[in-house]
Amino acid sequence: MSEIARSLHELNAMDTLAGKDSPVHRIDPRAKVITFVVFAGCVVSFRKYEVSALLPYFLFPAVILPLGRIPMGFLARKVLLVLPIAVLIGIFNPIFDRTVLFSVAGLGVSGGMVSFTSILLRFVLTVVAALMLVAVTGFNGICATLERFGVPRAFSVQLMMLYRYLFVLTAEGVRMSRARELRSVGRAGTGLRDFSALIGHLLLRTWHRAQRIHMAMLSRCFRGEFFLRRPMRLGSADIVFTLAWSSAFIVMRLVNMPQAVGRFLLEVFP
Amino acid sequence: MHMADALLSPTVGGVMWAASATGIAYCSKKVKEHLDERAVPLMGVLGAFVFAAQMINFTIPGTGSSGHLGGGMLLAILLGPHAAFLVIASVLVVQALFFADGGLLALGCNIFNLGFFPAFIGYPLIYRKIVTGDVTRAKLVMGSTLAAVASLQLGALGVVIETLASGITELPFSTFVMFMQPIHLAIGLVEGIVTAAVVSFVWEANPDMLGGLQGKAPAGVMPRKAILAALLAVAVITGGVISWYASSHPDGLEWSIAKVSGKEELESPDGIHSQLASLQDKIAFLPDYSFRNTAEAAESLQGDASSRLGTSVSGILGGSVVLCLAFLVGFILKKFAVKNG
Repeated sequence: MSEIARSLHELNAMDTLAGKDSPVHRIDPRAKVITFVVFAGCVVSFRKYEVSALLPYFLFPAVILPLGRIPMGFLARKVLLVLPIAVLIGIFNPIFDRTVLFSVAGLGVSGGMVSFTSILLRFVLTVVAALMLVAVTGFNGICATLERFGVPRAFSVQLMMLYRYLFVLTAEGVRMSRARELRSVGRAGTGLRDFSALIGHLLLRTWHRAQRIHMAMLSRCFRGEFFLRRPMRLGSADIVFTLAWSSAFIVMRLVNMPQAVGRFLLEVFP
Repeated sequence: MHMADALLSPTVGGVMWAASATGIAYCSKKVKEHLDERAVPLMGVLGAFVFAAQMINFTIPGTGSSGHLGGGMLLAILLGPHAAFLVIASVLVVQALFFADGGLLALGCNIFNLGFFPAFIGYPLIYRKIVTGDVTRAKLVMGSTLAAVASLQLGALGVVIETLASGITELPFSTFVMFMQPIHLAIGLVEGIVTAAVVSFVWEANPDMLGGLQGKAPAGVMPRKAILAALLAVAVITGGVISWYASSHPDGLEWSIAKVSGKEELESPDGIHSQLASLQDKIAFLPDYSFRNTAEAAESLQGDASSRLGTSVSGILGGSVVLCLAFLVGFILKKFAVKNG
């Protein structure tokens, strides 16, 4: 499978996951969005040399992934795909910060290595959490939440329109790209000239498609606003979910649990 | 170019979220006032078009590598600044949520870096100034290339400043700038040339599209005073919040120095060293920030290594136990879910 076809495939896969049914899927989208924001806020608010206190946060994906029936391998592959960004920026920390913070078995561990580890942990935690949020909430749920939280109508409608046509147009892009690949023996036709004609035609077709969509919307009494039926109700389960997770995240932020567990173990088994 | 959450402090992320949210609110208002409802499907479908266009690559001559369209400047040219800003923001939301391309806390930064600069600087101040009167191919090519390059340079500078203000990376300002700007000059040139090629193709095939929605948007170009005021406000807010944050909560290494030595900052010996230090304070970008002075801190930290070692061992031990527990919970839940599903 070519790389672009794979990204289309993954887009579909995320959408399919969001369409599943599980206890986590049934939680109100607003509750999940708030919980996610508290999670991400706590994770990024640590000092840059913090490593051990970040580890308890893995409990969140460890619980939500199996409950939400999200395959671990799928998520891991997506994280690995974007990991180079964090490595690219973080790799400079061990180079510039060579202060030895502590040594283990005679090997000095520099501040840079500690902060690099911290960056990677934060990256994995925040990326996994964001992907998890979409996979158990769905894009429309998130848009509805944004609108409830005061995001302007024009923007939430834009998000929903974009998402609706995303699948149609990316599939078209993949088809065009494949058709060209089959005809361009080696390199022929992959240059800028043919590329701009290809994209230009895609743009013209897109433009005409928008006009047809507009006609269709007008004939269905479109007046510039969407009316969507969204049964959103905050039940007690939703409130418990948000409060329990949020307070857990805040406690993990205030108390370094691994440190405490480690001290306790060292005292018991010296 | 897409920033990740891991390199961002909550303060910087929050400030940029506020800036981008203001931009979205302002543009939504303008779009509602000046564009007819015809724009609703057009904006949505053009957002999807950006993804579709990114599925198609082209070979960059002479290098053997391939590139694709970014789309920010093209959207500004087709839709005008306000609608383009909204479309770019929506594209970034989908990229963050589905492709993990840029984090959610970093979304404010990404919308600002990739949306504000093409829509409100590159398009009105460069493209529209060049493409005036009788439109020619030369003007189109020149305008879109220059505007794309300038927008991307500003965006890359934004990434550098936001990352350094967060204080997670150790990269010095000069190194980071020397690393980011030339790379994005190359990317910007490719983006500019591609945009120019697509714009001239569209101009020949259907010239109306380039005038498209902007004929209906008399105030489509944001007045220069408003842009300056907005930039100034962002600068003041950012500077104010960051300096407050930096002074009241000493971050990173300074914090650990204070913990170890009981002092906020290490005292330097007299003589040339202190003179150099004061000079460095004067010329440094964001003085008193923790990405400097690491060499000085080394000596004091090593003196107290034994007590730190104790903390570290318990940290590593406890960390492994907690991590194992977390995964054990996950494993049990997975078994449970399989049994019931």
